Amino acid sequence: MPDNVANSPLLEVDDLRTTFTIPTGDVKAVRGVSFTLDRGRTLGIVGESGSGKTVLARSIMRLNLGTNVTTTGTAAFDGNDVLTRSPSEMRQLWGSEMAMVFQDPMTSLNPLVRVQRQVTEHLCRHLNLNRSEARQAAVDLLREVRIPDPDTRLRSFPHELSGGMRQRVCIAVALACEPSLLFADEPTTALDVTVQHQILNLLSREQADREMAMVLVTHDLGVVAGRTDDTMVMYAGTVAEYAPTVSLFADMRHPYSEALMRSIPLTSFPSHTRLAAITGRPPDLIDPPTGCAFSPRCPYVQDHCVNEAPPLVEIDDPAHRLACWTPVGSPEALTAFEKNLAAGLPQAVAVDVSTTWSPTGGVDG
Amino acid sequence: MGQKGLSGMDAPVQTDPEEQFGVAVVRRLGAGFWIAASWIVVMVAAAVLAPWLPIADPNETGVGGRMDGPGWSNWFGTDSNGRDMFSRTIWGARVSLIVGFFSILLGICVGGTLGMIAGYFRGIVDRVISFSVFVLLAFPALVLALLVIGLAGQTLPIVTMTLGILAIAPIARLSRATTLAYSEREFVAAARVLGATDRRIMIRELLPNVLIPMGALTLLGMAITIVVEGGLAFLGLSVEEGFSWGKMIVLGSSPRTLREGPWVAMFPIGAMFMTVLALNFAGDRLREYFDVRELGIGVG
Repeated sequence: MPDNVANSPLLEVDDLRTTFTIPTGDVKAVRGVSFTLDRGRTLGIVGESGSGKTVLARSIMRLNLGTNVTTTGTAAFDGNDVLTRSPSEMRQLWGSEMAMVFQDPMTSLNPLVRVQRQVTEHLCRHLNLNRSEARQAAVDLLREVRIPDPDTRLRSFPHELSGGMRQRVCIAVALACEPSLLFADEPTTALDVTVQHQILNLLSREQADREMAMVLVTHDLGVVAGRTDDTMVMYAGTVAEYAPTVSLFADMRHPYSEALMRSIPLTSFPSHTRLAAITGRPPDLIDPPTGCAFSPRCPYVQDHCVNEAPPLVEIDDPAHRLACWTPVGSPEALTAFEKNLAAGLPQAVAVDVSTTWSPTGGVDG
Repeated sequence: MGQKGLSGMDAPVQTDPEEQFGVAVVRRLGAGFWIAASWIVVMVAAAVLAPWLPIADPNETGVGGRMDGPGWSNWFGTDSNGRDMFSRTIWGARVSLIVGFFSILLGICVGGTLGMIAGYFRGIVDRVISFSVFVLLAFPALVLALLVIGLAGQTLPIVTMTLGILAIAPIARLSRATTLAYSEREFVAAARVLGATDRRIMIRELLPNVLIPMGALTLLGMAITIVVEGGLAFLGLSVEEGFSWGKMIVLGSSPRTLREGPWVAMFPIGAMFMTVLALNFAGDRLREYFDVRELGIGVG
């Protein structure tokens, strides 16, 4: 293995399963996810709340604490499985190899610690810098994440900064030791829409400049569009569709991906357009359905979908993988849809009523 | 912007936090706090400096007449042995404050640490510690005090330690709850993924946050302990050598003394009352003050 490290993927996740044991049963939050990420590439993980995307990221980072969590499968970072590493072995990876930006910049900075110490603390330990070198490094980092007047800001406490600024500080902290893999777990969800764009651009720029691999976790398809190389759509702890972002948006095949896409409001919609919501709710992960997890909400559902879970298989383009019996646009899907509509299935009716959706309309990158 | 610090005392109107955040942010501790704090400082200073103050020897009899009322020669009057009550009230503060302070210090060191360990590691560690804390809480405090002091002797260290042990459980619970709340925050996860060890996270990230509510509790706890020491004195269980406010109150509270010279009991009662009130008030204001700081984080 060590001989061809340069060519091997940076992160290779195989059949990862994470289960939380709670008094009412086992919550199977991640149910067998596999993917690979090459050096310097970006992967977007998309799904609604409870689809397992954050748990997946935290499992790979080994951040799921507690005695009630079990993670099986492998997640090889640089050819070595991180899931079997001891905490002290993880500490060598954390910060210097793998870093993470969290969802809520309000809580991801220590309220009692000045920005300077938050940025430099771990820098000093990993890179053995002295005080003034560390301070200079912190100023450079803050400048890099576009924080105006970094010298003054280093002396600020987190509550003296705005949400966007705080997230910039968090990004600076995560980038401090030049990790080769960055997890961004919904980095813009807690931010103002006007700031979201800036933060995403900042992340993309840093990722490109540093040739760092990045996993961007989000519930918003619009966030990954045009920003990531690959996109993985997750539903109920499994991969629904996995494809290069460009081909995914050009040819969305999974009914869940399509439904997510349909639920994005566009400014080009006439006013008072009803937003197409996905009917129903995500399945109970203590007792997930035997068939396709999306089948209870899918407008193209057939008997086969309920009885047997579809495997994740390559379709026409080998990079495009899909887990669906009735891919969007296929003749089976059309017949199934007609049948469901005639039967008055709510999810089919909801799709039929919404006239705003055009499969080729796309979304502005 | 000329925003300098958070004092807000001499800041121009537009940098007042109230104007900036659009919410009523109470930034000042208020005059009441400073009065209470001054009283505590005066009491502590008097207690510490008692041997050097130009006051009568508290144990010397016949400084004045027996049961002299308050007046110029003996400000607080004298007791039935002709001892100066002013001097005795100041000397009595020494024991009361020492017991109050050091027992809470012990409670914070042991209880605070246990609570943080339970709240941080959770799981089996938490269950063991929490169970022990419940046992300690369920055990009647008075019986424990009677047992320990009765068996080990009525000395200042024993009384202080006993009250300190009684303080461990409530402090551990507060510390555990605060730690639980803060270790959910992502800055703890962030520190971990930057390679910080558990010990480092607990000391550098969590301890400062946990200490704030504990600091306010220290003052409230001292107030409670001073009162409890008075209660122990009433049962004849306070220090044998020397005297505290509680012991002075007991000595002055026989019906005859109360009839003939109520000041003998009233001055130590007054001193204890004022000190406990001041500690409570100051502690409460501090707690509110730091809650506001929390609010500022949520809003800003």
